[in-house]
Amino acid sequence: MTDKIVTKDLNLWYGGFHALKDVNAAFQVNRITAIIGPSGCGKSTLLRVFNRMNDLIEGVRTGGEALIDGLDILAPDTDLVALRKKVGMVFQRPNPFPLSIYENIVFGVRIRGAKVSRSELDAIVESSLRGVLLWDDLRDMLRSPALRLSLEQRQRLCIARLLAVKPDVLLMDEPCSALDPQATARIEELMRELKHEYTIVIVTHNMQQAARVSDDTGFMLLGELIEFNRTEELFASPRDKRTEDYITGRYG
Amino acid sequence: MERHFDTELDELKKRVIDMGTLAEGAIYKSVEALKSRNAELARGVIADDRDIDRLELLVDEKCIDLIARYQPMARDLRFITTGMKINAELERIADLAVDIAQRTLELVDKPLLKPLVDIPKLTVVAQNMIKWAIESFVKGDIELARKVVLSDPEANRLRDEIQRELIDDYMVKDGSTAPRAVQLLLIARFLERVCDHTTNIAENVIYMVQAEVVKHHPERLTDG
Repeated sequence: MTDKIVTKDLNLWYGGFHALKDVNAAFQVNRITAIIGPSGCGKSTLLRVFNRMNDLIEGVRTGGEALIDGLDILAPDTDLVALRKKVGMVFQRPNPFPLSIYENIVFGVRIRGAKVSRSELDAIVESSLRGVLLWDDLRDMLRSPALRLSLEQRQRLCIARLLAVKPDVLLMDEPCSALDPQATARIEELMRELKHEYTIVIVTHNMQQAARVSDDTGFMLLGELIEFNRTEELFASPRDKRTEDYITGRYG
Repeated sequence: MERHFDTELDELKKRVIDMGTLAEGAIYKSVEALKSRNAELARGVIADDRDIDRLELLVDEKCIDLIARYQPMARDLRFITTGMKINAELERIADLAVDIAQRTLELVDKPLLKPLVDIPKLTVVAQNMIKWAIESFVKGDIELARKVVLSDPEANRLRDEIQRELIDDYMVKDGSTAPRAVQLLLIARFLERVCDHTTNIAENVIYMVQAEVVKHHPERLTDG
């Protein structure tokens, strides 16, 4: 197994608030890693470190390292555009642009400014939609507004939009929380397909989802990574009492 | 935090205790019937097995219901899966009591082959093992569970002793004792099987408490 993302004594402060405390973890290629923990534990903050989304918040400071492919992405000279191309993010509410399905997918490619031919764009749209298993459903309506799609289709489209710029890592922040159980199950199936090509990190409140879909799981509490283990170990035989109390609903 | 789920788990625990009490009682009664040559008591053991079978199904249903509704994790999950396994072992123990009662019915109208010494001893070992195993489950007591597992060699020794005596001192010397001696051999074998099932219960309890598999790994039992 190959480490894709490694954190070393990673710390993060929002002003005076210490949100991540000495987080040490390794996220591996072709595996799905779930981060679980109560609200405010730092799991979304950790996720947002990996594409430097926290930079958008004023007063954020970091310490330690976050390595992707061995390079510290917290270094000041990091090319954020290149980083965010390599590390894509899916959010809780699907957020397609108010454009056509086609334009949504090629948006990332276009804004990078490179001259890409029409036929190349068509090929990107097709392969991206195939990647999220939407091609057969949408191939005849690529010019329709993306906002006409169902919530699940929109979420898939948002994933397709990422695939179009050929990332390595997919970060997913509660990607199913707006979806019904059937749509959730289908997105989870898609995640299992995608992991063969990508490194996936998912933050979820839904413990059953973490247990079902992930290969590794980290449990966070008050900014600390309490336990990080193979998912089946963590849910059947957690080592730390705090993990045990959280996943059995005794926490709080 | 108080959980309604804990009330449900307590209820499951009580039903498993009931299973244990009934199974242990069935073993005790089946050997009492043998000792006192009491056909009535032996038939009672056979008839009562239906109640144990019914309770087994109830415990299984309860476990499946809890898994389906609560999707338990960690020690809750281990508690319920262990409860299911213990339930199955106890039902097998009760079946062995029926086997002993049936052998007893073959013997009650025949002259006593020999005074029973080691079979009652083996019965006491088996009963103690069942009691400790259930108590270890209820209290999550690993030391008691270990004591059960470590008692199994004594059960095997007693069974070997019974076999040796029945074969060498009776069957070999006087072939006419064979029909009665075989019944006693079988009973000793059944009692030793009871101890094996009880050992399984204790091994499952150790897994439940410390999440370590000792089944098929005897070295892990003595390491720590």
